[in-house]
Amino acid sequence: MAEQDWKANKRVFAAVSLPTLLWTIAFFVVPMAIVWFYSFGENAGLNEIHISGTLDNYKRATEYLYLGIFGKSFAVAALVTLTCLIVGFPVAMAITFASEKWRPWLLLGIMLPFWTNLLVRTYALMILLGQQGYANKGLGMLWGGASWTKTLIGLQPLPTWEPVQLLFNNFAVVFGLVYVHLPFMVLPLYAALDRLDRSLIEASLDLGAGHFRTILRIVVPLAAPGIVAGVMITLIPALGAYLTPDLMGGTDSQMIANVIERQFKKANDWPFGSALSFLLIYAMFILIALQSLRRKVPEAG
Amino acid sequence: MAFFSRTPIAPLEYSRTLWMRLWVGAVMAFLYAPLVVLMIFSFNDSKRNVVWRGFTLKYYDKALHDDALIEALVNSLTIAALATIVSLILGAVAAVMLWRFRFPFKGAVDGTISLPIIVPEICMGVAFLMFFAKLQWSTDLIWPLNLSAITIAHITFCFPFVTMVVRSRLASFNREQEEAAKDLGAGEWQMFRDVLIPHMRPALVAGALLSFTLSLDDFVITYFTSGPDTVTFPVKVYSMLRFSVTPEVNAASTILIILTVALTAIALKLQGLKAIAETH
Repeated sequence: MAEQDWKANKRVFAAVSLPTLLWTIAFFVVPMAIVWFYSFGENAGLNEIHISGTLDNYKRATEYLYLGIFGKSFAVAALVTLTCLIVGFPVAMAITFASEKWRPWLLLGIMLPFWTNLLVRTYALMILLGQQGYANKGLGMLWGGASWTKTLIGLQPLPTWEPVQLLFNNFAVVFGLVYVHLPFMVLPLYAALDRLDRSLIEASLDLGAGHFRTILRIVVPLAAPGIVAGVMITLIPALGAYLTPDLMGGTDSQMIANVIERQFKKANDWPFGSALSFLLIYAMFILIALQSLRRKVPEAG
Repeated sequence: MAFFSRTPIAPLEYSRTLWMRLWVGAVMAFLYAPLVVLMIFSFNDSKRNVVWRGFTLKYYDKALHDDALIEALVNSLTIAALATIVSLILGAVAAVMLWRFRFPFKGAVDGTISLPIIVPEICMGVAFLMFFAKLQWSTDLIWPLNLSAITIAHITFCFPFVTMVVRSRLASFNREQEEAAKDLGAGEWQMFRDVLIPHMRPALVAGALLSFTLSLDDFVITYFTSGPDTVTFPVKVYSMLRFSVTPEVNAASTILIILTVALTAIALKLQGLKAIAETH
């Protein structure tokens, strides 16, 4: 029995389609449409917005300042995604090739932080990275060790350790985003690697390729769909991240979501905020379109 | 599996090589160290967070007697429970619709339903802010009606995840079972209840777990949707963090971490470790 035509059983179709369709229209399509209409409006008073069909908000969004923030958000998200990929790939491989007994536990180990509140995780990282936190203490100890080793071999000791600023800068934002997005990357990578035909890896090793070359030339190309999925699933939320740059970033590490928030909460410029929101949504659409384009090319060829 | 195993490592046993173990160990340390430090310092008898001054439970006592904090936690749990129930129903029927029927504009309907997954939280947040402002939705109703706006927003971003999980489960359903049930005289409803729902059950549990955690986790959308008097746990913790970092935040966060672990343990008991690992 293939898919049923909706006319064949109208009553059942209505029962399973109406609740969700009505909900989606009332509480998703309509709110998004309001934002879209407002993005063509202008402030006509303190609490009044006149939807005049103006493109001024979009024009303002292409000013150097806002384009710069968009560009920077992309750069940060891309850097976060790349770091997650490099850090997460060996982890996904380790889970794939772990014994039956260990695999579920390793997966759970990756997923548990993912289920822990984002705010709590960000805050926990802030304690660790703080001026007197353990990250700084650890670095200080390493520095001390290096200094001691240098004295031991007869060189001048290093200058005394100065705590470094690990919070409220761009580094902190990237670090924090990698911390919260790592599970997003590992899980799709694992799903792709798990489906891999292992005899291909064995063949490559038998034919004399080293492990590194096998991974680079055999495993990575075969796992490409999973890598693309992992990249998308990390890049998209990282691009729209609000909380991490807000809490861990400094004044110069704001991302696009922070700028949108400010238009609504402080600047009270709803039309401009709406325009920025929709530009962000369009950016997501472009990313997804690029991904599906990439997927279709090998099929056609 | 002993750490220093005597048997030689086979070529494909990547997870037994030393560098892999070190890598995984380092990543796990990276993931868990902040949480462990946070939990340890929630017992620290010091106003400043970083220096250990001895063991105390006084911040738990303070947190548990902080009415605003408790109210926020109760709000969060109520919203999460309500959002989970409605999301399960909406998500499951949507999955059945997309799986069973062929209808005009199916692609568009499918796309619109899954859109909340990819639209950034901040954009959904401002959309709900404007929507409820436009409707002049009242926020000073009696509990739990004052949570209605937040709950509606949470359902909107939770149920597509349920649809996604249930749909992938339905793909493995043998449609002949449905025909067999009908041949044996089952009505639509009976078939749905006795054949389809049991088949969907693991996905429903996974979907419920996903909705509950997504709702409990959400800060951004709630931040825009909540009125001045309806505060959820993440929003409360955020304001505590912004305005006065006290060790109470550590205690409150630890309570939430323990809650998450407990929920996970219950889910594991219900489903088994393997099923959980497979559904995600």
